[in-house]
Amino acid sequence: MNLVGDENLLELQGVDKTYGSDGRTFLAVKNVSLRIRPGEFVGLLGPSGCGKSTLLRIITGLSPASSGRVLYRGRPLVGINPHATIVFQTFALYPWLTVEENVEIALKARGLPPSERRARALRLIDLVGLDGFESAYPRELSGGMRQKVGFARAMAVEPELLCLDEPFSALDLLSADALRGELLELWLGKSIPTQAILLVTHNIEEALLLADRLIIMDKDPGRVVAEMAVGLRYPRHRKDTAFLATLDKVYAIVAGRTERETAPAGTASGQPGRKTRLPVARINALAGLMEKVREEGGRVDLHRLAGELHLELDDLLPVVEGAELLGFAQVDAGDIVLTALGQAFADASITARKEIIAGRILRHPTIRWIYETLQQDDDRHVAASFFLERLQAEFGDDAPQQLENAINWGRYAELFTFDDDTDELFMEA
Amino acid sequence: MRFRFSPPLLRRPGFTAGDAVIVLALAGLLAAGLRLGWRAPAVLHGPEISLSPSALPLYALLSTARMTAAYVLSLAFTLVYGYAAARSRTARRVLIPLLDILQSVPILSFLPVVLLGLSAILPQKPAAELAAVLLIFTSQAWNMAYSFYQSITTLPSELREAAAVFRLDRWLRFKTLELPFATLGLIWNSMMSWAGGWFFLMAAEIFRVGERDFRLRGLGAYLQEAANQGDMRAVVYGVAALVATIVVLDQILWRPLLSWADKFRLDGVAGEEPPRCWFGDLVSRSWLVERAGAHLAAPLGERVDRFLHERLGGAPAAPPGDRSEARPSRAVFLAGAATALLVLYGGYRAFGLLATLPFSSWKPLLIGLAATLLRVAAALAVALAWTVPAGVAIGMNRRLASLAQPIVQVVASIPATALFPVIVLALLSAPGGLNLAAIVLMLMGTQWYLLFNVIAGASAIPQDLRFTTDLLRLPFLDRWRVLILPAIFPYVVTGAITAAGGAWNASIVAERTEFAGRTRTTVGVGALIAGATAQGDYALLLAATLVLIVTVVLINRTFWRAMYRLAEERYRME
Repeated sequence: MNLVGDENLLELQGVDKTYGSDGRTFLAVKNVSLRIRPGEFVGLLGPSGCGKSTLLRIITGLSPASSGRVLYRGRPLVGINPHATIVFQTFALYPWLTVEENVEIALKARGLPPSERRARALRLIDLVGLDGFESAYPRELSGGMRQKVGFARAMAVEPELLCLDEPFSALDLLSADALRGELLELWLGKSIPTQAILLVTHNIEEALLLADRLIIMDKDPGRVVAEMAVGLRYPRHRKDTAFLATLDKVYAIVAGRTERETAPAGTASGQPGRKTRLPVARINALAGLMEKVREEGGRVDLHRLAGELHLELDDLLPVVEGAELLGFAQVDAGDIVLTALGQAFADASITARKEIIAGRILRHPTIRWIYETLQQDDDRHVAASFFLERLQAEFGDDAPQQLENAINWGRYAELFTFDDDTDELFMEA
Repeated sequence: MRFRFSPPLLRRPGFTAGDAVIVLALAGLLAAGLRLGWRAPAVLHGPEISLSPSALPLYALLSTARMTAAYVLSLAFTLVYGYAAARSRTARRVLIPLLDILQSVPILSFLPVVLLGLSAILPQKPAAELAAVLLIFTSQAWNMAYSFYQSITTLPSELREAAAVFRLDRWLRFKTLELPFATLGLIWNSMMSWAGGWFFLMAAEIFRVGERDFRLRGLGAYLQEAANQGDMRAVVYGVAALVATIVVLDQILWRPLLSWADKFRLDGVAGEEPPRCWFGDLVSRSWLVERAGAHLAAPLGERVDRFLHERLGGAPAAPPGDRSEARPSRAVFLAGAATALLVLYGGYRAFGLLATLPFSSWKPLLIGLAATLLRVAAALAVALAWTVPAGVAIGMNRRLASLAQPIVQVVASIPATALFPVIVLALLSAPGGLNLAAIVLMLMGTQWYLLFNVIAGASAIPQDLRFTTDLLRLPFLDRWRVLILPAIFPYVVTGAITAAGGAWNASIVAERTEFAGRTRTTVGVGALIAGATAQGDYALLLAATLVLIVTVVLINRTFWRAMYRLAEERYRME
C-alpha cells in the first residue's frame, strides 16, 4: 500500500445525495466515505441503481452532494473539478464535429491557441491509435473507435483524475476487451500524466481485470458495503486460478447480500413493522433459472451461471432474489442452491407451476393484503388508486412499481387481475 | 413528408390562472392598439395594382422581401426567447405559458387592430408594410421558439455533462452544443412557418375594408385585382408566379439548408440516405465558397471565440442538472411588478371600452361566433371525409406515394388566401354564395395539414401489423376499425388541431368581402371583426376579437386536449 502516496487525491466524507423536494424525496446515495490516492486504479462496483454514477458526478463536481464533504487534495471542492474528466458510457461526442474537432474542443475551452490545440489533439489521436481518422465524423466510426475518441478527448486536458463511467458497456465484447487492454497499456506504461483512475462498472470481471482496489456498493439506498484490495499482478487472465478465486470472493460479497427465505416476510400494509418489497416479476426467467440450476445438479456458481446465460449480474440478481423470496433457492458462498420446493417447481407443468407460485406469493404480505381486500369486496372490484394510496405510505415513490409487480405476480398465479380501462383490480367471482 | 411539429400546447395542464392573466394582457394590448386606431385616417387610398405580367417580378420580390423581413425577425426572437426560457427557471415560468397561448390564438384577428393602430402613427405605406411583417412574424415565431426551447431542454444529459466537464464557456457551449443540436428542428419548423407565412402575407396584402384600403403591392394584391376585374389570364399568371416563387425558394433555400443540416442529426447511424439537393451540391463544390470558408470564416470564428472566451473570463458555464437558481433579483421583481400594473391598467381600459358596447350588440356577436364555429366544423368534416381515405391510400401504397407526393406538395404550397378572390369569383353566383366560399376557403387552408398527417400516419403503420391483418383476412370494415383508424388517430388529431386553427384564421378574410365594388357579408364573427373595422366600431371590434380568442383557446384547452390525451394514451404505436 505504500507504493501509493499517503496524500489523498480525493476524499468523500459521509456524502449523502437526495433528489426531489418537500416530502417526495429519493435518497440516491447514503453516507458514503471513500478515498482515492495518487497512483491508484479504483473500481467502483455495484448493481445499476446503486448510485455509482451519482457518486461519479459528485466527484467531478457536476452535481453537488446534499450533505457531507468532498475534498480534492485536501480542499473542499466547489463547482466543476478542474482536475478531473469523464469518459462517458455513451461516448458523448458531438456528432457534428470531426474526431479532431471533438478532441480540440476540450483544449479550446481552456484557451489554447489553434496551432497548439492541433498538435496536441493529433498526438493524442495518434496515441489511441486513430491516426488517419482525424477528419472522420463519429457516425462513420465503430463503437470501439468512438470510445477511443472519448479517451483521447479526456486525456487531452491531462487530468489528474480520470473518471470512467461504464466506458466499455456500450461496446461489443471484442472491442471492449481490446480497449481495456489498450487502456491498461497506457496506464501501466505511464504514457499519460494521469494520477489516478476511477472506473465505474457493474461488470465484476471487468473491475477485476483492471483495478487495484474495489469499492463495492449496493442499492436501496446506494451505499458502500465493502472495500477490497485486488492483489493480482498484471497482466491478469480470466482463467488464472488466483483470478477465479478472487472473482468468487467478489461474487460472494455482491450476491450474498440478497435476502434469505428464513427472514420474516415483513408485515401487511397498514400493520406496523418491517416492509418487504416485491421483486420485479420475471416468471419466465425464474422458471428458466430453476431449470438451469436443476440441470447443473441443484447447485451452481453464480458467476459461472451468469457467463453461461450471457447475463449481466444486474439482470441475474433480481431473478435470484425472486427465487429466494419464493423459497425456491438460497445463495450460499457465491453459489445458488435449489431447495426442495425449487426442485418441485422446476419439474412441474405450467398449471402446477401457477399453483405453486400462488401458494407461495400469498405468503407475501402485500399480495395477501390485496387478495383479502378483493375477497371482502362485494363485487370483487377495487380501484387501483385505493391500493396505491396505501402503498404510497409505505413505499413512497416506489409504490406504483410495487403495485405493478403485485399485479404481475397476481395475474400469473391467477389470483387477481387488472382492468386497464377502468383502472380496477378484480378477481373472478 | 414528415411532420415533426405537433402542437405542444396540449401536453400542458388545462386552463390556469396564468392563462387568464395572459388573456387580460392581450385584451389590454388590443385596447391600446385601438386607442391609437381612433386617430387612424378614415379614408386610406391603396396602391395602384398593375395587372401587366411585367409587374409580376417586382411583386414577387416585394412579397418575398416581406416574408424575409418577418422571418429574420422571427429567428432573432426565437434565439433570444427560446434561450431565455431554457436557461432561466424564472423566465420559463412566464415565457412558456405565454408561448402556449400565443400559439393557439387566431393571429389574423389581430390584423385590423394592428393596421388601425399603426396607420394612426405612421404614414400609410410604412404602416401597412409593418403590419404585414408583424402579422407574418406572429404567425411564424411561436413554433420556432418552442422548437428551439425544446431542443435545448432535451439535450442528452451526457452531452451537457461533457460540455461542463470540459469547461466550455457559455458561448462555446451555445456554438458547439446547443445551436447545432437545435438546428434540425429549427429548420423543419422554419419551413413550416415559412409556408404558413404566405397565408398571412396574402391576407395582409389584400386587406381592404370600407373606405380604408390597406392593400400592398405584391402577389396577393395582384391576384385579388385580377379576380376583381374578371381577368382570367392575369389570374393564371399570378398563380404561376406565386407557385414559381414558392418552388424556387424551396429549391435554393430550404432544400439546401435541410441537406446541410443533416450532419446535425444525433443518431450516430448513417442509416437513411441523407437528403441530397442539386443547389447545395453546386454551392458547396464551388471554389469561391471553399476559399472564403478557409480564409475568412475560420479565422473570424477563431477571433470571435477568443474574444468571447476572454470576456466570459473562461468561466465554465454552470454545471447542468440540479443547479439551485438564485432567487429572482430585485430588477426582475420590479419588472414583474411593472408588467403586472400595466396588465391591470390595460385590462381596465379594455373593460372600459367593452362597457360602451350596447348590450344588444352581444347577441349578434354570439350568433356570429356560433355560425363561424359551424363553418369551421363543416370545413373540418369535409376535409376529414376526403383526406382520410386519400391519405391512407397514398400512405400505404409506395408507388402511389411517389406519384402523388410532388403534386400534393406543389398544390398544398399555394396559400389559400391567395386564391380566395378567385374562389369568390367562381362561387358568388352559386347558391349559398359567400357562405359557401367561406367554407371552401377554410377547407383549402386546412385540408393539407390533415392530408400530410394522414399520409405520415398511414405510412408509419408497422409492416408486420399489416401482414397480420392480411393473413387474418379481415373484412374491409374490420380492417379499418382494428388497424387503420387506431393507427392514424394520433396523426389525425395533430393535423386537425393545426387545421382548425387555420380555419378560424381564415374566417377573418372569408366572411366579408368587397368584390367588384360591392360588399358582401355573411353571418360570422369574422364578418363582425371586418365590419367593425370598416365602420370604426372599436368597442365591437375589441369584443369580437376577444370573444374569438377566448373561444379558440377554450376549445383547444378542452376538446383538443382531450383528443390529444386519448391519442397519446390509447393509440400510440410503440
